[in-house]
Amino acid sequence: MSRRGRTLWVVGVVVALLVAGVLSWYASGSPDGLEWAAERAGFAHTAEDSAAAGSPFADYLWDGEENRLSAGASGVVGVLATLGLAGGVTWLARRRGAGSGQG
Amino acid sequence: MCNKVRGVHVPDGFLDPATSATTGALAAGTVALALTRARAELDDRTAPLAGLTAAFVFAGQMINFPVAAGTSGHLIGAVLTAVLVGPWTAVLCMTAVLLVQAVLFADGGLTALGTNVTLMGLVAVLVGYGVFRGLAAVLPRTRTGVLAASGVAAVLSVPAAALAFVGLFALGGTVDLALGTVVSAMTGVHLLIGLGEAAITVAVVGAVLAVRPDLVHGARGMRAAAVLEDRRPAATGAAR
Repeated sequence: MSRRGRTLWVVGVVVALLVAGVLSWYASGSPDGLEWAAERAGFAHTAEDSAAAGSPFADYLWDGEENRLSAGASGVVGVLATLGLAGGVTWLARRRGAGSGQG
Repeated sequence: MCNKVRGVHVPDGFLDPATSATTGALAAGTVALALTRARAELDDRTAPLAGLTAAFVFAGQMINFPVAAGTSGHLIGAVLTAVLVGPWTAVLCMTAVLLVQAVLFADGGLTALGTNVTLMGLVAVLVGYGVFRGLAAVLPRTRTGVLAASGVAAVLSVPAAALAFVGLFALGGTVDLALGTVVSAMTGVHLLIGLGEAAITVAVVGAVLAVRPDLVHGARGMRAAAVLEDRRPAATGAAR
């Protein structure tokens, strides 16, 4: 990556970490569109617990603790996990060699 | 302080096993195809942007914004991703986000993962990017044109995914409901959420266009002009 490319990438990652790690605490707690519609139409009760409900980060909280640290840590872990997974897959899927000039 | 601790995707149980298996197969096939097709969109310069975009979409999906009395919505990010890094790469990015959410955070059911990938990784990308390309073809090839096309595509991508869910519910919902009830409940609120989707999409695509227009997949038509303005032509010519 060129210096400009690297700057964009670093700034982007920092913004994502701040959004997931800090700003997420202030997100609306109201039911989202799907939940609301499910309640209204009458199928919300058919939702079942995910098999992953026992994950230490279930519901975006470390160990179920409802505080900023637990929520912020979950957001940071999620951003890094997504960055690793999507970044890894797309890096492996990319074209190599000719045509990938520096940008 | 209101903490958003709820899941925001389709949970297990909404759709019957046969429908979930079908969407699972559809999602798997789409991802397999995307793994080969995304190659044309990805090189040493754009692959890092793809990972970053996925991480940003994950973060953005955590931010539920209020839309109407007692309801909230959040970013899907399908158009944002497709415009920035290309539609096939967007399939991979959205799938990565949904996989991390389902496995680590129990957000979206595990048996519903195929459904969520189908709705947000396939339908929202397909409809959203289709609308984007259609509009981009008739709008001026400028920054404003790209942003306008992105915004309209983002608005429409959200009710498209919501209606696709209604379609799946009609096929394999676990309770028998009048379809009209489900359609009316889903459509209005998701059109409103689409406005938030558009605002975030335009802001982010606009920000990347401002610093690195040459990296934006959906702005390749305006690349020549942008390059002439402020970049050495030699640095970009080889990409495509």
